[in-house]
This record gives sequence, structure tokens and C-alpha cells, in this order.
Amino acid sequence: MKNKLIELRNLTKNFDDQQVLKGISLDIYENEFLTLLGPSGCGKTTTLRIIAGFEEPSDGQVLFNGIEISKVPPYKREVNTVFQKYALFPHLNVADNIAFGLNLKKVEKSVISQKVERMLKMVGLSGFENRDVTLLSGGQQQRVAIARALVNEPKVLLLDEPLGALDAKIRKQMQLELKKIQREVGITFVYVTHDQEEALSMSDAVVVMNNGEIQQIGTPTDIYNEPENRFVASFIGESNIIEGHMIRDYLVEFDDFQFECVDKGFEDNEEVEVVLRPEDLDIVEPEHAKITGVVRDITFKGVHYEIMIETEKRMYNVHTTDYAPVGKKIGLLFGPEDIHVMCKMGAY
Amino acid sequence: MRRRNRAGMWMVLPLTIFTLIFVAAPLLYMVFLSFASQSSSGFGVEWKFTLENYKRILDPVYRNTFYGSLRLAFSTTALNILLGYPFGYFMAKLSAKKKKAAVLFLMLPFWLNSLIRLYGWIILLQKKGLVNEVLLRLHLIDKPLKILYSYPAILIGMVYVLLPFMALSVYSSAEKLDWSLAEAARDLGAGRCYAFFTIIFPLTLPGLFSGIILTFIPSMGLFFIADILGGNKIVLVGSLIQEQMTRGNNWPFAAALAMVLLVVTSLLLGLYKKLTNSDVLEGIG
Amino acid sequence: MKQMRANTKLQNAYLAFLFFLMYLPVAIVILFSFNESKLYVSFSGFSLVWYEKLFRDSAMMEALKNSLILGILSCAVSAVIGTLGAVSLSALKLRSKGVLEYIAILPLMVPEIILGMVLMAFFYMLKLPFGMLTLLIGHTVFCVPYILVEVKASLALMDPSLTEAARDLGASSWRAFLDITLPLVMPAVASGSLLAFAMSMDDVVISIFINGPRISTLPIKVYTQIKTGVTPEINALCTIMLAVSLTALAVFSIFRSHKKEENRDEEQIDRASEPDQEL
Repeated sequence: MKNKLIELRNLTKNFDDQQVLKGISLDIYENEFLTLLGPSGCGKTTTLRIIAGFEEPSDGQVLFNGIEISKVPPYKREVNTVFQKYALFPHLNVADNIAFGLNLKKVEKSVISQKVERMLKMVGLSGFENRDVTLLSGGQQQRVAIARALVNEPKVLLLDEPLGALDAKIRKQMQLELKKIQREVGITFVYVTHDQEEALSMSDAVVVMNNGEIQQIGTPTDIYNEPENRFVASFIGESNIIEGHMIRDYLVEFDDFQFECVDKGFEDNEEVEVVLRPEDLDIVEPEHAKITGVVRDITFKGVHYEIMIETEKRMYNVHTTDYAPVGKKIGLLFGPEDIHVMCKMGAY
Repeated sequence: MRRRNRAGMWMVLPLTIFTLIFVAAPLLYMVFLSFASQSSSGFGVEWKFTLENYKRILDPVYRNTFYGSLRLAFSTTALNILLGYPFGYFMAKLSAKKKKAAVLFLMLPFWLNSLIRLYGWIILLQKKGLVNEVLLRLHLIDKPLKILYSYPAILIGMVYVLLPFMALSVYSSAEKLDWSLAEAARDLGAGRCYAFFTIIFPLTLPGLFSGIILTFIPSMGLFFIADILGGNKIVLVGSLIQEQMTRGNNWPFAAALAMVLLVVTSLLLGLYKKLTNSDVLEGIG
Repeated sequence: MKQMRANTKLQNAYLAFLFFLMYLPVAIVILFSFNESKLYVSFSGFSLVWYEKLFRDSAMMEALKNSLILGILSCAVSAVIGTLGAVSLSALKLRSKGVLEYIAILPLMVPEIILGMVLMAFFYMLKLPFGMLTLLIGHTVFCVPYILVEVKASLALMDPSLTEAARDLGASSWRAFLDITLPLVMPAVASGSLLAFAMSMDDVVISIFINGPRISTLPIKVYTQIKTGVTPEINALCTIMLAVSLTALAVFSIFRSHKKEENRDEEQIDRASEPDQEL
């Protein structure tokens, strides 16, 4: 097992009368690409700023290699940050921006220029030393910001929605590159984003947050396939969320039918919520399925059709490559492994 | 966080100390002074609480000074609205290039000593000055008018010095206007005038209000204009304060006059904030 | 369409006329400073005689020296106080900061005459000798707000994560101030200082209360001279002062335009979205 690098223990943070963090506990391991994912205002950026040292937690502990650091100022921490809008110093050129931290540490000039050169090579900007940072494109500024942080050889790199200001195409490319850089330097990346696709494609571990609380921690696959509650299910990907109850282990009832499933560990007759991902559903002739309904709307999405099917109880969203005309009566088919049962939770 | 505050604390000290000692303390001192008595020896201050200074303002001589100042301030402001509103409004409608030049020329007077600009008026308005000369040559008058050292001269000087403030305030309000609103109104069938008074004018009100504040407040205190162009014949609150401070040596009374002036100005500023829900005066900064 | 044109013409004529009135007195002052004759009716010939006379007037030269010293000193002192103040005010999260800021810019809102008399009474109470020191303090009082306002405005445009980035990269808050914040607000400090300098060179009302019997500034000299009558010598003096102000303004606008340059792109987008202005 990898070593724990950062431990957050029951962090809370109040701004004026508002509690933005309500007890965050999280372990961050060496070499890990960890993403804090959630809608804006969920507390992910505040968590990051506490790790960076820009905010002090109202309560709780931040341990770095087992040592409490929540009162240590940012410039004494072995972490560096890539800011949302890069925060490049506009009056310094590319090389001076990258060298900023090394200059403060009074590193020898020749060593600095060597390191700057190596960093620029890594982020693919060799020869850009004397460029004016304000004249660079968004993607290039992004790379300089990453180089500026990494040149200080931090143990952890914090990234606060670094791709937010880029357009879609460059964004895709930067995702791949970030992942590559992380593997190359072999340090921990803590990444904040509200973009679920970004989180799922880059991370080793995803922390889903909402309302100042952690909703679920897991690998991207776990998060997607086994959402622990309604919030995670609806925030990540599209889903049909249906209220029902567990008859017993491996048997769940919803929409007046009983279905075999792979979930267990709930109390008998416990109220639960069931997630059915649209792409896990198939349309068949009505006589082959328990739940039947009528096609109300069909939209072509490129790879698949999005079909809205009205059953007796609700509207189902189905993604399938099969075509069915509006008004046709059909059945919904899914297997036990397509049913994800979650604890029922409060109002979301 | 705590460290940042400590460093910030250190940097805020000069401003705090300076502001407290040389802005807050003197103003506070004035409040106390206005309730003190003039020393019986005729010079200096005796720290005996009295309302005498305020009562004295009600004395007809001084009350009339206040009325006079208010009247001048009102006339100045009214003239400024009449001249300055169209000024700022038309400016906002100039083409981008002309607009730039116009703004420059409008800002320029702020940089030029107002005394010098007033001095130009003395030259123009004097008995053998250019204005009289032109009027005589045009046979509009038979003998030179005595404009200088009269009420109209003061009014000219006041309006002249304060007009840029009004024009600039209105301009900055009108400049931000979404002209398509007026077009929309015209499209919906509004006449030119109707569109102006229902759409444009209400939207430029913040600028007009701040222009009024920016002209009214100084016009209560600009004693030197009355002094230069009015030849000291017309006494205003400003001149009265100056006189009491220098020649009359009745500082408590001067302080009381200043207090009343200050209260009037703050009331106006308060009114402005109420009317526009804004802290910043249009056209400043 | 025709009516619209005529309207626009009328509006432009109005603007032109007011601008003419605005600058006529200034033009007259300058023109007659080069006039040979002492009379103000017509221009009888170009001459620098009044300038010669002015430069031989030692009291005038003394006043000029005082004004320049005062302007530069009060500017420098205010620049330090105002810049440190603006930067720390923007970083602090104190409740009292609003109050402090309000008091600090009060001198811009209080009528000058009140500021002048209040300072006079206060300095007298403190038993400060009236002269250069009191003038310096007095001018600093009304110069600080100009710099404070300018620097604050430029800080508001600055990305706050810049200083955080500096601190993240290992800078103490003092180093972050020196290496990042200060260079970035420097244009604002410079333009604010020039504005303050112009105000200092312009001030009569406050100076006249606190200058004391022995020291005179150029504006005070002009004021007392104007009150006693007009002579072309004052025209010459005024012309020189105008030249100084205009130089300050030119430098000021260079700083300003430099600042604007950076925001030009966004502005152009704003412009493009504006419809034609015709009413």
C-alpha cells in the first residue's frame, strides 16, 4: 500500500455565519492523482486552499507526513498551486516567472536557468524563456503556470480548475498532458473541478463533494458504477433514479415489480433508491419485459438515440442504438448487474 | 492567515496614524471648538461650553450671509444644469474620435489652476476689457458695462469653474447609456422628445445628481471667487469663515459656521446616496 | 434624415461654443503675457519683457521654489502613505477598514475652506510653527486620497491570486508586496502622484490658512496679486504655471494610456457591441 501523504481530519470552515466545510476527512496518498469534484460552492476550492495554506480551517487538522501544518504559512509548505486563471506575473517574462520560487530560495543562477530550461522542455515550451507572458495563449500560459509550480519540486501539486478558462479542444489535450506530466514527475496531484468527465478521465481517486460534505470517495469506475447516493448518481452522468425498497439481499422492488440485483447488506424492507444508467437499458418488445411504456420522444445524439419512455409510474431516459418511433409501445430490459441500489438520503 | 494580517497591520499603520491625527482629530477638534467661547481678551479660545456661536448664526447679518450663499449656490447649480446637462449629453453622442478629444478638453481644466482661469475673466470683464470692447464696437452699448466686481461676475466665475464637473458627471452617465433603449422606444412609436424624457433622461439622473452635488457643495465654500471677481463686496459663508479665522479672530464662531456648512453638505451627500443607492459619485475617478 | 443632421450640427455648435468660452480666458492670459503693452485691449507686439521682469522678482522666484518643493515632498510622502494604505486595506479583512477608508478620503468631500480652517486651528493648538511643515502636512492631507483612490482602483483590477501565487512559491508577504504588487501598481502610484502634484500646485484655499506669515506659495502669490490688480507680469507667471500643469498632465496621460493598453482588447469588444448613437 502507498504511503499517506496528507490527512485531513474533520475539517470545518466558517465564513462569517456560513459553514462551507462541515467536517471533511480525507487521506491523500503519495503519487496519486486525486480529484475533488462537485458543483460550485460545494467547498472543494476551500479544501484546496486549506491544503495550500491560504485559509486556516475553523476546526480540524491538516497533517502532512503526520505533522500538523494547518498554521504553517503557504510559503513554508511543500506544496505548490496552479491557479484557476494561472496568476502569471504580468511584469515578468516566462523564465522569470518560472524562476520566481528558485530566486527566493537563493538558488545559484546557473542552476536556475538549467532547471527552467528542463521545465520548459517538459511542458513543451522550449525556447519560450524571454516571451512576454501576457502575449501567450491560454494553453501556453497554463503550461508556464504548471512549470512555475513544478520547478520548486513540491511533494504535492494543487490545481484549482486549471482548465476552466480554456476552450474545449485544448482542454482535452491538456487533460492528457497533465496526466502524462503527473506520471513523469511522480508526485501527488490534487485537482479541483466541477467537470465530471474531466474528473473521471484523469483521476486515480475521485472525491465527490456537495454542501461542504464528502458524498463519496472512490475510483472513477466505482463512482460511476456504484454511486452511493442520489446526489452522486445524478451529478455524475445521466441516470434514472427510482425509489423502491429491498425485499431482502439480492432482491429489490420498484415500480411494483421485483428484480434480482447484486446488492446486499441492506435491512429487509429498507427504503432505498435505485439507479439505472440510461445506457444500461435496452428496448424490447413489450411481452419480453416487466416494465412497459410508450415512446414519447426520440432524439438522435450521434452515437446513440436518446429515447424518453413514459411508463405507468414515471419517465425513463434510455440511450440505445435501436430506433423506436414515437407512440410505439415497448418494454424496458435490464439485468441484475445494471441495477445499482443506494441508501435513501435526504432532500437533494 | 494570522501572519498575513500581521504584515498587513504594519503596512496600514502609516495611513491609520496619519489619517487619525491629521484628518479625524482636526475635524473632531472643530466640533469641540464650535461649542467653546471666544476668550474675553479677544484672542484665543476659552474652553467654556456654549451654544452662543450657533445662536449667533441666527443673527440677521449672518443669517443673510447664509441665505446669500445658498442663493448663489442654487443659482450656480441651476445655471450649471442648464448649460452642463446638454454639454455632457451631446458629448456622449459624438463619434468615438471626437469624443476622445472632447473628454480631454473637458478634463484639462481640472489640471489648470482655477485662479489662472478666473484671472482670464478679470481681464475679459474689466472696464477696458475685451467683452466691453466687443459690445461697444457692435454698438450694443454706449458706455462700458461695469460687470467686474458685481454679483453677475461672481456667478460667471462660479459657473465657469464648476461647469466641467457637471458636464463630466452627465457625460459619464450618458456614455454608459444603452442607446438601443431609445431606439426601441422610437420603434414602439415614441416621439423624439417623448423618448428622451421617458427613457434617456431618467437613466442619466445619477450623473445629473452627482453633478449637482459636485457643483453645489464647492459653491458654498469657494470664497476666493467672490473675493476676486466680487471685490469682497458680496460676503459669503466661505469669506465669513475666512474673515473670522484671520481678521475677526473668533475661531469658535468660525467653527460653528463650518459645522453648519458641513452638516448641509453631508445632508446633500446623504440625499444623493438615497436617491441613487450609490457610494461613488459619477464622473470621479 | 436632414433634420437629424441639422440637429447634430446644432449640438456640435453648442459644444464648440462652450469649449470656446472655457478656453477663452486661458488663451487671453497666455496671449497677453507676450504683449508688449501693459494694456489689455489689443495685442501691440510680441515681447518677453514680462517674463524678464518676473524672473528678476526674487519674491516670485522664492514662491515658485516653495511650491515646487512642497509639491514634490507632499507627493512623495502621500505616495508612500497612500500606496501602503491601499495595498494593506485590500488585503485586510478587518471590520474597521471601511471606517478608516472613509475618513482617509474625507478630505476630498469636505469643502476646502473647512479643511483649511480646521487644519489652521489644529496646528495652532499643537503649537506647530506655521510654515513649510504645516503646508507639507496640509497638502499631504488632501494628496493622500488621490493616490489611495488611484491605487485602490488598480488593485481592484489585479488578480488577487497573483500575490497568493507569490506566497505559494515561497515569498513572505513583504516580498510578495515588493516583487509582485508594487511593480504592478506602480503606474497607478505614478498617475495618482501626478494628480496630487497638480492639486498641490493648484491649491490656494487650504494653503492660505496654514502658510504662516513668512512663507508663500505660487498660487498664494497669484491670488494676492490678482486681488490688488492686473499686470502682465501675472500673465507671465500664470503662463509658466500652465506650462508646468500641462507637462504634468502629459506625463500622467502617458502612464494612463500605458495602463489602458492592457485592457484594450476587452474595450474593443465593448465598443463593437454598441449600436449607432442617434436620437
